[in-house]
Amino acid sequence: MTPTMAGLGIAFGRVAFVMLFVLTMGGLLTWVERKQSAVMQDRIGANRASIFGLRLLGLFHPLADAIKMLTKEDFLPARADRTLFTLAPFVSVVSALVAFAAIPFGDVLRAGGREIPLQAVTLNAGILYVFAMLSLGVFGVMMAGWASANNYALLGGQRAAALMISAEVAIGASIMGVAMVYGSLDMMEIIRGQGAPLLPQWFGDWIPKWGIFTQLPAFILFLAAGMAATKRIPFDFPEGESEIIGYFVEYSGMKFGMFMMADFVETVVIAGLTTALFLGGWQVPYLAGDGFRFPWGATVALAQPLVALLQVLAFCLKVAVVCWFLMLIRWTLPRFRYDQAMRLGWLGLFPLSILNVAATGLVLVAWRGP
Amino acid sequence: MKFRQRFYLAEVLIGLGVTAAHFFVNLGRHTAHHVFGRKTVPGAVTFQYPEERRPYSPRLRSLHRLVRREDGSPRCVACMMCETVCPAHCIYIVAAEHPNQDIEKYPERFDIDLGKCVFCGYCVEACPEDAIRMDTGILEFSSYSRLGMIYTKETLLALEPAGPDGTPRSPISIPPDRRP
Repeated sequence: MTPTMAGLGIAFGRVAFVMLFVLTMGGLLTWVERKQSAVMQDRIGANRASIFGLRLLGLFHPLADAIKMLTKEDFLPARADRTLFTLAPFVSVVSALVAFAAIPFGDVLRAGGREIPLQAVTLNAGILYVFAMLSLGVFGVMMAGWASANNYALLGGQRAAALMISAEVAIGASIMGVAMVYGSLDMMEIIRGQGAPLLPQWFGDWIPKWGIFTQLPAFILFLAAGMAATKRIPFDFPEGESEIIGYFVEYSGMKFGMFMMADFVETVVIAGLTTALFLGGWQVPYLAGDGFRFPWGATVALAQPLVALLQVLAFCLKVAVVCWFLMLIRWTLPRFRYDQAMRLGWLGLFPLSILNVAATGLVLVAWRGP
Repeated sequence: MKFRQRFYLAEVLIGLGVTAAHFFVNLGRHTAHHVFGRKTVPGAVTFQYPEERRPYSPRLRSLHRLVRREDGSPRCVACMMCETVCPAHCIYIVAAEHPNQDIEKYPERFDIDLGKCVFCGYCVEACPEDAIRMDTGILEFSSYSRLGMIYTKETLLALEPAGPDGTPRSPISIPPDRRP
């Protein structure tokens, strides 16, 4: 693509869409967290914030939270390291935000003689980039724990670092199975591979080849490790509100808000990754590039921009559903103890994902021949 | 522990099933409530307090009131029984001569310091004239000053008994210093 104004505008639009999507979802998740937990526990949930008497099921509460955090005192402990203390929340939130860049939210959009890949950044090793960015988040947490000059913060930072390393290893190992099945590290290629029919000699064109069908053990392992990577319940012992407050014990105002936001954005990123790798990403069942082709023979022709729109909507819907599921887990399970989570990570998830890689390799060799 | 429990995954799925069932059932009830206007089954156990009050028992001891005669004067004869029995010493009565010889006395002042009151209900039981009751259903009488917690005869006389499910029927008087 030549660096024309139009090209620049398109590139900007792609990035802006992803940023807006992630930030909106992150903000909405604070509302979802309150309301979903309330509905699960036979309560009503936060519904008092109103604008001109309009309550909208409590949708203004994230707004009220933001105003509250921005107007609170920004406290700096006397013995804290000023630079690191200020830098830590930014590192945490930025690394969570940019991680979504490599996750495609749609196939190519053909308009005005251009082919626009619906992805903020086209990378041929996109998965590795997402992991690199997710792992960077641990630096922000460790910085916060160290710079606060507080024993509890340091303890929380250490716990977060240990947890995130054990989770990243399990995530990486569980993803390898998916990369082997679809033969690529490019997210776009993996999602295109999931559009093909699963075992056409047995099921015909009925079942799409989504990752959840080809790699069910990897899906479960990835979800468990992904929940750990977000540091939320049931893996929230770095915070552990009832024991040590955690790495952000000395933070107040919007700096604390940024740590919270980083957690929510990480949840969105994990949901996006799960969607892209296991739930077919932007794939709509039976939707090809020129319209629906149902396995019983019927076809519905659709214009290409409409197809692209459907795919983007499907991606957003899938991410929302996975977010809902992650929230369901978060409000169902109690917190692991530190040693229990370490045992689960290093002696449970990690060996099982390695086993999954080996089993996948054997099956692939047996299936396709060496 | 059984293997199934040690393996953790099955138990997690059972737990998720329980919470998800609650979620969808309550969501359906909320939808029926708000969209279709069917309010038979509530979707939550919450009482939206300032607008909605939970029903109170008729035995609840709430804010005192002075019972009136038919002409509106207090039924109290200033016998000082309640003032004497009160363990918190929160009642202050000044007696005066009543024009009617049969009644003999009436309270010129009848103050209750609710900041001291322990809501034991002894005053109600001690009263020989059934002149003081604690059945207004009013529980909200905080104040920003100690003086605001002292309720005088006029205020206590104006209060009405609570309705059948304990909802207060008299307007809850808010002293001026309670407004922030």
